[in-house]
Amino acid sequence: MAVLLRLENFSVELPTPSGWIRPVNEVSFELQESEVLGLVGESGCGKTMLSLGLMGLEPHGARRCGRAWLEISREGVSARVNLAAVAGEGMRKLRGHEIAMIFQEPMTALDPVMRIGAQIEEAIRVHEPKITRAEVQQRTLEALKLASVPQSAVRAHQFPHQLSGGLRQRAMIAMALAMRPRLLIADEPTTALDVTVQQQIVQLLTNLCRELHLALIFITHDLGVVAQIAQRVAVMYAGRIVEMGPTAEVLTHPAHPYTAGLLRAAPRLEGKKLTPIAGAVPKLDDLPPGCAFSPRCEFHCSECDVAVPDLREASPEHSARCILVPMSDSGKQ
Amino acid sequence: MNNGAPLLEARNLRKAFVVAGAAWEKSDRRAQAVDDVSLEVHRAETFGIVGESGCGKTTLARMLLRLVEPDAGEIRFDGDDWLAARGSDMRKIRRRMQMVFQDPMASLDPRMRVDAIVGEPLEIHEPELSRAQIRARVAETLDAVGLSSDTLRRYPHEFSGGQRQRIGIARALILRPELIIADEPVSALDVSIGAQVLELLGNLQRQFSLSLLLISHSVPVVAQLASRVAVMQAGKFVESGPTEQVLNAPAHPYTQSLLAAVPRLPV
Repeated sequence: MAVLLRLENFSVELPTPSGWIRPVNEVSFELQESEVLGLVGESGCGKTMLSLGLMGLEPHGARRCGRAWLEISREGVSARVNLAAVAGEGMRKLRGHEIAMIFQEPMTALDPVMRIGAQIEEAIRVHEPKITRAEVQQRTLEALKLASVPQSAVRAHQFPHQLSGGLRQRAMIAMALAMRPRLLIADEPTTALDVTVQQQIVQLLTNLCRELHLALIFITHDLGVVAQIAQRVAVMYAGRIVEMGPTAEVLTHPAHPYTAGLLRAAPRLEGKKLTPIAGAVPKLDDLPPGCAFSPRCEFHCSECDVAVPDLREASPEHSARCILVPMSDSGKQ
Repeated sequence: MNNGAPLLEARNLRKAFVVAGAAWEKSDRRAQAVDDVSLEVHRAETFGIVGESGCGKTTLARMLLRLVEPDAGEIRFDGDDWLAARGSDMRKIRRRMQMVFQDPMASLDPRMRVDAIVGEPLEIHEPELSRAQIRARVAETLDAVGLSSDTLRRYPHEFSGGQRQRIGIARALILRPELIIADEPVSALDVSIGAQVLELLGNLQRQFSLSLLLISHSVPVVAQLASRVAVMQAGKFVESGPTEQVLNAPAHPYTQSLLAAVPRLPV
């Protein structure tokens, strides 16, 4: 499998009265074609800002640094672009065709006074102004079918408020996939949905990734959903990736105390006693020196405050940003 | 634990809302939000209600507090006919039951300071207290929910989501109620913070021998605290019983599908 997206020290910076802050701080990872990566973290950890940064939708005044290489192959010619350096018209050409995004609350992302079909048609026409009207309609119906919207022709004529939450999210997925992008970013797509509907959407996304060779970055705060959908998981805290590895491995043998804490704090059906993580997430303009998690960490020692720990290899393919992970110089060979 | 008469007892509660029909429809439609629900909450017990959005769980909670009046049915609180209570009788019973809301940012007045927010119920229900007494009770209650006294003069926006929920719990707790109804108390919070709030609710329930009615869409959240649980669908309780029994041997197909959909973490 080829690498589709490679981030190298990708950051998003926002201006504040007290100076620049970094909601996304030197994030590096690779995403293969048709791979599902789960991006987990609590509110304010930077997971949404990371996806907006990749889409070129960061807030006005923000700046992006580092590199985010996206492989593009069209008509047999392959090239790669640095998403961090593309803006405006250039970014618009990539959106839809190469990279698309769906959001948490489809009711706020969809236009309430426009029929579902017309909204999808609009998305197609923006990116391909030259195709005929019949073809646009044809593609719209195909997209709705792709997202398993039942009675797609009927649904295309309805307004968002006439659809259930699950159907609205399917319509969003149809819109995102209408131009057949190779990378989809889903930002908490199931958080607003009931669990039974959440399960259906997760299943749909899993199938689509397999059938369309679509790569997916699935952003969520729910470790259980990650276990269902993602092959690999990256855990973010205060703008940085603190742990990354194969999902099963990370969830059963977390190497970073924050990941371990999240797992102990997640309510389970078995009703095991919860152990909350003490304290709260630090403010981005007031980060502690060294490891950002250290003030809440039960293993905190003086070495933690010296410098931000590097990502260290806990086992093959599995790394964590913690000094407790032994340095491995023989690990990779 | 279930000895003696229940603290709260509801029989055959019903509530329908009128949904305005379109202009060409002959009559308005009625949506049956709560349809023949009966429940008992015993003293010092945590009773959980779980159901998906729109199943009527919030309407049920509001009826139990008489924030909406039921169409039919009967509610007894500590043996008294709660629906018949008027005026000062109503106030006397109501101070014994309090509510914790889902979104603390929406339920706390943004222009009031913490001491005023938490002290307000005392001013209403115990007007004989002096300001110093109120201050002492506020400080004591904030301490019980894990907030230090330097928070007294601050506004809700200065707090994180978890701290705001603690303020909401303090406001509910300050009257020393016998029953607290918590409607989705952690669904607006992050996992690590939600766990703190659940732990706090459990500790307070034991410390003050509270009866807790915990309402949530999340089965794991309810499983965390409740000893008995009811599963609600389309206005009805489809199944209820001891939490362990409902989770391990669900009898109703809806409970089974709900449990099957809960994402599991590897052990």
